[in-house]
Amino acid sequence: MPAVNLGLPSAGAAIALVDGSSVSSEQAELAELHHLEMEAIHNGSVASVHSWELVTAVDGPGTRMTLFLSGCLLRCQYCHNPDTWKMRDGLLTTLDDLVTRVKRYKGVFDATGGGLTISGGEPLMQPAFVARIFEECHKLGVHTTLDTSGFLGKSASDTLLDNLDLVLLDVKSGLPETYKEVTGRELAPTVAFGDRLAERKIPVWVRFVLVPGLTDAVDNVDAVAEIVARWPNVERVEVLPFHQMGEDKWDRLNLPYPLHGVHPPDNELQERVRDQFRARGLTVF
Amino acid sequence: MTITEGVRSDKDATQAERPDFVSGPWQDSIDLRDFIQRNYTPYLGDATFLAGPTARTTGVWAKLSAMFPEERRKGVYDVDATTPSSITAHKPGYIDQPNEVIVGLQTDAPLKRAIMPFGGWRMVATSLETYGYPVSPELEKIFTDYRKTHNTAVFDVYPPGVRRARNSHLITGLPDAYGRGRIIGDYRRVALYGVDALIAGKKNDRAELDMGPSTEDIIRAREENSEQIRALKELVQMAASYGSDISKPAVTAQEAVQWLYFAYLGAVKEQNGAAMSFGRNAAFLDTYMERDIAAGLLTESGAQELIDDLVIKLRIVRFLRTPEYDEIFAGDPTWVTESLAGIGEDGRALVTKTTFRFLQTLYNIGAAPEPNLTVLWSDALPEGFKRFCAQVSIDTSAIQFESDDIIRAEMGDDAAIACCVSPMRVGKQMQFFGARVNAVKALLYSINGGKDEVSGKQVAPATTPNTEEILSYDTVFPAYLETLEWLAETYVTALNCIHYMHDKYAYERLEMALHDKEIIRTMACGIAGLSVVADSLSAIKYAKVRPVRDETGLVVDYTIEGEFPQFGNDDDRVDSMAVDVMERFMTMIRKHPTYRDAIHTQSILTITSNVVYGKATGNTPDGRRKGEPFAPGANPMNGRDTHGMLASALSVAKLPYSEAQDGISLTNTVVPSGLGHTKEEQITSLVGLIDAFTSATGYHINVNVLNKDTLEDAMLHPENYPQLTIRVSGYAVNFVRLTREQQMDVISRTFHSH
Repeated sequence: MPAVNLGLPSAGAAIALVDGSSVSSEQAELAELHHLEMEAIHNGSVASVHSWELVTAVDGPGTRMTLFLSGCLLRCQYCHNPDTWKMRDGLLTTLDDLVTRVKRYKGVFDATGGGLTISGGEPLMQPAFVARIFEECHKLGVHTTLDTSGFLGKSASDTLLDNLDLVLLDVKSGLPETYKEVTGRELAPTVAFGDRLAERKIPVWVRFVLVPGLTDAVDNVDAVAEIVARWPNVERVEVLPFHQMGEDKWDRLNLPYPLHGVHPPDNELQERVRDQFRARGLTVF
Repeated sequence: MTITEGVRSDKDATQAERPDFVSGPWQDSIDLRDFIQRNYTPYLGDATFLAGPTARTTGVWAKLSAMFPEERRKGVYDVDATTPSSITAHKPGYIDQPNEVIVGLQTDAPLKRAIMPFGGWRMVATSLETYGYPVSPELEKIFTDYRKTHNTAVFDVYPPGVRRARNSHLITGLPDAYGRGRIIGDYRRVALYGVDALIAGKKNDRAELDMGPSTEDIIRAREENSEQIRALKELVQMAASYGSDISKPAVTAQEAVQWLYFAYLGAVKEQNGAAMSFGRNAAFLDTYMERDIAAGLLTESGAQELIDDLVIKLRIVRFLRTPEYDEIFAGDPTWVTESLAGIGEDGRALVTKTTFRFLQTLYNIGAAPEPNLTVLWSDALPEGFKRFCAQVSIDTSAIQFESDDIIRAEMGDDAAIACCVSPMRVGKQMQFFGARVNAVKALLYSINGGKDEVSGKQVAPATTPNTEEILSYDTVFPAYLETLEWLAETYVTALNCIHYMHDKYAYERLEMALHDKEIIRTMACGIAGLSVVADSLSAIKYAKVRPVRDETGLVVDYTIEGEFPQFGNDDDRVDSMAVDVMERFMTMIRKHPTYRDAIHTQSILTITSNVVYGKATGNTPDGRRKGEPFAPGANPMNGRDTHGMLASALSVAKLPYSEAQDGISLTNTVVPSGLGHTKEEQITSLVGLIDAFTSATGYHINVNVLNKDTLEDAMLHPENYPQLTIRVSGYAVNFVRLTREQQMDVISRTFHSH
């Protein structure tokens, strides 16, 4: 199966849509093509897409079209979509085609109180595209949600935020060193992005993935809770119990899976962690 | 004189406080719809008024529940092996007489099955042998030598092509050895008018028939009319044996429920129909309930008790069937389908408190597959009702949803579902049930020049076998159409033979007595395996499919190189192929004249035959392996619908109802957390999903809200899950009554996790 099934022609032809030129498989043209692709991604007329799905009750309210973009700078140990890490693995898809699909589901969104969610990968790897599709959504009256780690929050333009109704913000750890262990990157940009969302009063659902032995330390969870508690725009905190369903994908990509053999958190641990958030007056699921 | 004088004149001291029903044309001729529209009270509130079970209800159900394990273990609880069933053949039977507020059983004891030999003796004999009961030599002689059965008659007239198609599993599940069912008597008529008035009406019909010329049609109609009157008289006798006089209209709510049930009971005493559906009764019964409640003669608890007790009776309708039958229709279903809700033509919701009460039975006496509670869904239904439906669906997985907007546009607001998805105007329309053809096998035949891919036998007329190294769509598709043309003709031929003989040898006297004189008949054809066909054609068009031939040149397998779009992902490239095949086959069906000028229809429904069809079908060009089940109904193949439950549903919603007027079935399973964190969120999500699906012209959806673990545990410990109910394909079953193979099929289906 193709990674992406958008009812669109194959990648090659999709690229052709960008500049209207025909595509040949000649090696000589590949470099040029690559250049055109990058330009299209930079201006947001094309996105590198991993897949899409119509989902309910996750990724925001109602039934949503969740668009998974390819490319991420984080290397979370518990990532269940390692196949979205590299932008070049996605299928180039035009903004127009994706907007057409959003339009098709307008009735579904209206009936269920849903909308479009952009997830990934890390959607802010392709901020121009995100800004443009959210703008189109708002023209159509479609609710928008961004599912992000916040690590690239700086890349989100004010225009993007103007057209953003909800952020699913992953705060993967509260202690900078744990954050680095989990993701390979720094915590600070996420906190800064959260502060910016708070200033702009954009509603946020915080997500925290609970991995026994990795993110479950009392002080780490407390640190997350402390950060989150200072954002009055947080509507809920979702504690997501780690699961092993991603392992297959790591194996298929021949990547060494760091969490092999780790068990999902038991109910007792989950409740302890939820209580840590509840203690700060947060609504927790 | 009006035919309903009894209704208004029946005022004695105890009934003096009951207000009259609003009068109207329903008093001048049989017109249930008019009665309902003038008299029912829409209920726009929520479920908080509902009452729990009474001690009586709980007691009666407990008594039955204690008998179920033995029935499950043995396959049947008991059989009366020597009394051919009729409306009056058995003495009255009770579960717990002093505590039953609604009475009547098919035989003289609960769960004791009757023999119904008019459909076919072989089915009776095989069933008895299977369950270890003696086969009466006397009855065998009667139904072999003296009385011809439907089954014998059909085989007298089948041409060889039909026999070949049947033996090779190209057409199976045909009602040529069992009752066709899918006829809904308008059982309400007995309660509203009383049987005397119905007989008078039939006699008027007869007078008209007597004035006509004695052509074959009219002679048949006269004979049927006589049989109908005879059946109605027997119905009165049967009710009298339980102490009720149903020759006059029902007055109280209890009588209305009881009269209605007697009428239905008469039908299931006489006919072992594949689906013995109940109709659309809730709003009708509610008029009596409201009247008695208003007069202070009935409490909410009492009203609920009547419905609970009725539903208990409907849950224990049983037929004696063979293991082969059970393979096609697993889990001992009877399809006592009750159609609930919908919107009236005047825009008022046909939702009453009694509509809620029917759903409430799933709490009061636990989840169960029967009666097959079917909600005619429209986004215009009252919010409180929609939310209650969603809640019940999440809690029990026992109800199904069909598009009221589609059905109402076609058939008005007094239509009901027979079986799973077949809509019909109650008392004004019936169908000639036609099971379905294996559209996948037909594709394989077209590649193999009409030979069966498993046996190698020439079944379809010989055509040029495909000799390509890589299958090309432009070669395969026209060849497929040629095979389908032959199949359509063979199929309609088979159905004409069957229904001619069914009318002649196993006529549904009572059910037809509860119909108008002039009725609409449909010839209900069907397709199995549509998603496999679509995916196979898609593979041939978008990927490289190489046929693998055995030493005789027969194509027995396919290798696929490359990717191809798959049905169930809201992808027009392949969804349009499913639509195309369905439309073309319908057009082909329509070319062939039908018995009694029935209107051609088809369904995309498999019941559980997707498993046996798959078992009999070789490897397919989409990568499905030999023997692997097809997807049920119009479902995408398991695991191939990767873009979420709604995307999957929207692919199915593209199949146009106009070309499948007997219904299009979709079954989806979602894990509870896939609908939300809290119950309230889950209810809101499910309401939204059904609204979204029906707004996109989706026709039917079964929703299971289940975790896979639950089913796996139920396979290991069936004793812990006596009432675990799941929706399979247009109906629900007790999961623990499925065969292991069928259980595995259910578990292997896509569980949408969000």
